[in-house]
Amino acid sequence: MGVATFFNPTRQTRVLPGFGLALGYTLVYLSLIVLIPLSAVFIKTATLSWGEFWAIISSPRVVATYKLSFGASLLAAAINTVFGLMLAWALVRYSFPGKRLIDALVDLPFALPTAVAGIALTALYAGNGWIGSLLAPLGIKVAFTPLGVLVALVFIGVPFVVRTVQPILEDLETELEEAAASLGANRLQTFTKVLLPTLLPALLTGFALAFARAVGEYGSVIFIAGNIPMVSEITPLIIITKLEQYDYAGATAVAVVMLVFSFLMLLAINLLQAWSAKRTGRNR
Amino acid sequence: MAAVGIVYGRGDARRYETNPATRETDWVKWLILTAALSFFLLFLLMPLIAVFTEALRKGWLTYLTAITDPDALSSVRLTLLVAAISVPLNLVFGVAAAWAIAKFEFRGKRFLTTLIDLPFSVSPVIAGLIFVLLFGAHGWFGAWLFEHDIKIIFAVPGIVLATVFITVPFVARELIPLMEAQGREEEEAAVVLGASGFQAFWRVTLPNIKWGLLYGVILCNARAMGEFGAVSVVSGHIRGQTNTMPLHVEILYNEYNFAAAFAVASLLALLALVTLALKTFIEWKVERGMRDTV
Repeated sequence: MGVATFFNPTRQTRVLPGFGLALGYTLVYLSLIVLIPLSAVFIKTATLSWGEFWAIISSPRVVATYKLSFGASLLAAAINTVFGLMLAWALVRYSFPGKRLIDALVDLPFALPTAVAGIALTALYAGNGWIGSLLAPLGIKVAFTPLGVLVALVFIGVPFVVRTVQPILEDLETELEEAAASLGANRLQTFTKVLLPTLLPALLTGFALAFARAVGEYGSVIFIAGNIPMVSEITPLIIITKLEQYDYAGATAVAVVMLVFSFLMLLAINLLQAWSAKRTGRNR
Repeated sequence: MAAVGIVYGRGDARRYETNPATRETDWVKWLILTAALSFFLLFLLMPLIAVFTEALRKGWLTYLTAITDPDALSSVRLTLLVAAISVPLNLVFGVAAAWAIAKFEFRGKRFLTTLIDLPFSVSPVIAGLIFVLLFGAHGWFGAWLFEHDIKIIFAVPGIVLATVFITVPFVARELIPLMEAQGREEEEAAVVLGASGFQAFWRVTLPNIKWGLLYGVILCNARAMGEFGAVSVVSGHIRGQTNTMPLHVEILYNEYNFAAAFAVASLLALLALVTLALKTFIEWKVERGMRDTV
């Protein structure tokens, strides 16, 4: 049991069988499907010199995609944080007709294939669409502009904040608010001084999850973005463009930038979740 | 102890609405409710309705022609095939990983849990790219695969690999917290009483985790059938051969064949609705089961 002895230096007496097999299978599967393929990105990039790598990832067209991808993702995550909190609040605290249905549909962006979301949003926000035709007289164009990218990223980020805040809100003891009210706090004070600090870790976790997802998003964005270089081109798309031109090194270099960002976000999200668990005394 | 007559249960909003300390004034309530519901309408409900109205814009005949087109049917078959391979693979993986992580103590457990979540934070485009780097014509194994006449990229195996990568975490992340919460006493009792490890799993663990397992499988399946970015990179978009349903939607859309694109998209939207319905049903079932045991 090589695997078992390495991972379990203390070797406490163990009744249940199957540890070596289960862990061994997990590690082999994860290595073959995830870790070895992912390492290909870094090994491929290592064939570039530092100068070549830098030239690719800092070329003006690529930098323009970072600005759009990260900027629109930050803004989308912020919008989702505000409205996600209100939606979670309404679902937990108010009774209204159709609540169960709305609660179930919050997860739609997880279940609806991104390509379907992409063409549906484009149909809505195009100049002749239901929403687009209302905005056109005001001089606002959404589809095929950076604003369209924002709309798609808001869509795919909806569930993250709602689903991280909702359980915390449900578990909150009403005694806290009763104490605040009996001590003379008004509702706004109770919210900002009592509730918000408790909800903050969950809000930030939801924000980070929505942001991380938005930066890597591809399917829902490309239909509505118009994909004009320097204007409405996102970073994942430039990887595809480079691949289609057989520029593997270029595609991989940009992928490394995105992967490093993903790892940092994963770390940040883990820290936030640990903080959230500590703050609210619940696990996950 | 609040001296209120009726005690409302958890999940019932009336326990907040009847308590002066947790209630907002009416206009604040209506403001929040209006903002939240408008957001819901604008970003979730309208796109969903748009899919079906666009699909039926030119009538049922066009709709039926579009979804019975041979290329559309072949995309449905490929999508089902890809899900039928990748979901069971990740189901077995999820159970094995959860068994190791939830039932045993070992070094690096948290790190392993994070690694399992990794595919969620990687852009789908990169998930496709890595398999092109490995198995593409100029990839590490490209020359070897060419000599032996094996096609992975721009063929079905590549689509399956990319889908498996994307859906790795789904079952595992549902099972790990569930099995951790359940502890290991029941299985240990079974083993002490003479059950084999397999019997303990089959008779004790499985009945305890069946809803969580199903939940993970449903979400895994929805993503496997709907994945677009990763599959798009490795597919090559060969009609009737390497087109999954989402890719077929893209091709039709780019050819300005909007009615047909939305018709195929509506099938995927139905899949999403069925997924959400099953998910809600399982949540209701689990909630009720928990209330019954209390």
